[in-house]
Amino acid sequence: MDTVIRTENLTHVYSRGTPFEKTAISGISVEIHAGELVAVIGHTGSGKSTFMQHLNGLLRPDGGTVYVDGEDIFATKEATRDVRFKVGLVFQYPEYQLFEETVYKDISFGPKNMKLSEAEIDERVREAAHFTGVGEELFERSPLELSGGQKRRVAIAGVMAMRPRVLILDEPTAGLDPAGCAGILQNITDYRRETGSTVLLVTHSMDDAAKIAGRLIVFHEGSVAMDGTPEEVFSRQQELIGMGLDVPQSAAIADALRARGVKLPKSIYTLDSLREAVLGLAEGVPQC
Amino acid sequence: MPNEPIIRIEDLHFTYPGDSKETLRGIDLEIAAGSFVAVLGHNGSGKSTLAKLLNAILLPTSGHVYVAGVDTADEERLLEVRGTVGLVFQNPDNQIVANVVEDDVAFAPENLGVESSEIRRRVDDALKTVGMYEYRQHAPHLLSGGQKQRVAIAGALAMQPRVLVLDEPTAMLDPVGRREVISTVTSLCRERGMTVVLITHHMSECVNADRLIALSDGRVIADGTPREVFSQIELLRREGLTAPATVRLLQTLREAGYDVPLTALTVDECADAVAGLLAAGAGRA
Repeated sequence: MDTVIRTENLTHVYSRGTPFEKTAISGISVEIHAGELVAVIGHTGSGKSTFMQHLNGLLRPDGGTVYVDGEDIFATKEATRDVRFKVGLVFQYPEYQLFEETVYKDISFGPKNMKLSEAEIDERVREAAHFTGVGEELFERSPLELSGGQKRRVAIAGVMAMRPRVLILDEPTAGLDPAGCAGILQNITDYRRETGSTVLLVTHSMDDAAKIAGRLIVFHEGSVAMDGTPEEVFSRQQELIGMGLDVPQSAAIADALRARGVKLPKSIYTLDSLREAVLGLAEGVPQC
Repeated sequence: MPNEPIIRIEDLHFTYPGDSKETLRGIDLEIAAGSFVAVLGHNGSGKSTLAKLLNAILLPTSGHVYVAGVDTADEERLLEVRGTVGLVFQNPDNQIVANVVEDDVAFAPENLGVESSEIRRRVDDALKTVGMYEYRQHAPHLLSGGQKQRVAIAGALAMQPRVLVLDEPTAMLDPVGRREVISTVTSLCRERGMTVVLITHHMSECVNADRLIALSDGRVIADGTPREVFSQIELLRREGLTAPATVRLLQTLREAGYDVPLTALTVDECADAVAGLLAAGAGRA
């Protein structure tokens, strides 16, 4: 697999030389491959957001290097500028950053800055709106008139419209109800499938991670504590809880069943797989 | 638990000015003093509107809300209503006004002209109650989300309310912050006898409530203990709400013809029920 992002020994210290000096991340070396959907998990203060902000050059490391497509993103000013278009970052509560008069203008802001033609911009706006479920009838509305969930979709569309090779979303479902969460996660899954882009999802929701990610990277106290498939990570429940993280409820039920002597494979961490496994085991049990 | 209702809602309808559609469409409820009530509903169900009607930020379009026997529409007794029902919102950053934790908690009683020694006593007491006393001299913006939200709760407590209404207080918090806030409000109810109305869309936060009220489209669609409400899985599904994974797993087994209870709500209860079922057959290791 092609490596899109590679970090080498990345370290960042906030407020260096002051009484508030704090090492946010230290010695982070990871590789992200093209087309992966990776969930980056950790509680507040674990360093996950600091890490992500290095990947598109918003933060400069105090030590170590970030490579995007094999190029050191801080090597030249041009490289640092280019990386903003290659790696698109959707912040937490991105709806607070909507500012244009219309939904269309807001989504087209990024592509405009890339100095694309009007036709190209138009195509990208429509494509991004399609991925995020923003109806074209909303294009001429003010973003401020939309519901919270719609605003969030417009903000995500604005970053997708730049067609970044890597899309990073910081807590894209925070504060949404279950239906809103499911909708956004579906949008992200579709976007990745249809564009083949690499997606990094920063979250503290293990349920979100379990639903869509193929790989989980768990941050704890500024370091990578775990990096593996969902089944590898969710099989370490007690450690996760110790780090202040939740496990998906289905994984917790599966674990409680194992503790009661029920033989369940490690790969069970979603409700669907749990249902199937339990129904399989129940075969032969007298029904009422 | 005393059973006298501290909140009584009678045929409550509410429409936002300029809206053609009613947000709340006829709600009748009584909330017992000292109880822990969770209100569950998806976005747009009317649950936040209901919260604002409980302390007269909004007034009914028709019908009545009585707080400790006082009609919230009685302008002359507005301060009494606001003093009885304390409200905590979703975003702690929008609720904190001062640069020092204890000043923030003192803000409301100061504005009401409460005597300074009394303010000191209330602030200390409120901060101890939420476990933030040792942070009293800290700057709020350097606290974690869960800590900030606990300061916001202390600010409401300094008004000595009898009812605490929390509108999605954990929506912006991580799992640790969420646990801090839920355990704080649970102990306020259990140990201090505070009436707690917790508005949320997290099923897991409803499990320990005495009572769970599910709202959909401006109406109460289910009202009972969490076990009773979550076992109405078909109704919840129809209304776009989901039951916890425990109940959904048990429902799958029931649909397949197995005899398991839908009321095994916690992970351990569910695992006991499923393991018990499997032990009866060949599936047991």
